[in-house]
Amino acid sequence: MKLIKFLLIGILFGIALDKGEVVSWFRIYEMFKFQAFHMYGIIGSAVVIGIVVVWFIKRTSMQSSEGEIIRFTPKNMSVARYLIGGTFFGLGWAMVGACPGPMYILLGKGFLLVLIIILGALIGTFVYGLLRSKLPH
Amino acid sequence: MLDFLNSLVTDRWEWYVVGPVISLCMFLLLYFGREFGVSASLRAGCAALGAGKYSSFFDFDWKSQKWNFMFVLGTILGGFVSTQFLNSNGNIGISEATKADLTALGFTNPGVDFLPAELFSISEFGIGMFLFLIVGGFLIGFGARYAGGCTSGHAISGLSNLQVPSLIAVCGFFIGGLAMTYFIFPTILKLLL
Repeated sequence: MKLIKFLLIGILFGIALDKGEVVSWFRIYEMFKFQAFHMYGIIGSAVVIGIVVVWFIKRTSMQSSEGEIIRFTPKNMSVARYLIGGTFFGLGWAMVGACPGPMYILLGKGFLLVLIIILGALIGTFVYGLLRSKLPH
Repeated sequence: MLDFLNSLVTDRWEWYVVGPVISLCMFLLLYFGREFGVSASLRAGCAALGAGKYSSFFDFDWKSQKWNFMFVLGTILGGFVSTQFLNSNGNIGISEATKADLTALGFTNPGVDFLPAELFSISEFGIGMFLFLIVGGFLIGFGARYAGGCTSGHAISGLSNLQVPSLIAVCGFFIGGLAMTYFIFPTILKLLL
């Protein structure tokens, strides 16, 4: 039952991305064509507010609901890993017009063929796990 | 006020509503001691399916990610609720320029539904569409794990925490996204249509 709150946050996230048309293939195509402000406004405002939220959490040493001070683990510095991995991700994002959040939301909307994207994403994750030691990081 | 609440049900949510709600979700997850990152659910999914036998990358306590499975289940439910009860079914408000570009590429009725029938319709399903979707999904899963996160983990959480690695990852997202949109996708489409 302790996990029910995460279900509720997921529902809120799903509704927002659906009502905002973020889950639409057309919106992602439009974004990569720089033909509307919509997606940039969404990501941009989420990040600007997010910066203030993270700053405030650190500044006040805010405690989580579990009573521990909320900490952020810095990501390891590298260029190759993020640039190459990010490029692969971007190719897929622009191709099928969905990143991991929207692909689940689209399934809830009843687009069953999205299951193939999810299957592909699981296989891609698995193959990364197999090849990890051979890839530049 | 009542008009605004009513419009939340009947109308599209504008960027200045959606962006802050995403920040709120990120804050709630942080407050409950978790980090916002949807693609981590794919790694945990592989682990739960037994991938730990093949790679140590999946040999971890995936049950610690149970909360993320609940979150994912919530997003699926959210999509369902939004479609069934919040009037979210079609007519995407994309620009005329985008419609014109897509029509020129051979799409009929761009923007009348969330997804183009040319790429996602069951009635037109075939081996070409299957390959398109599975390769697209593969790139998303492989790329997200290679980069250590997706849009939620890097573009939202990482940039909010002013992480340079996340900025590099987002640059990668756009290098790949632009290459696909401008150069690769038009060729793929010719094979599909």
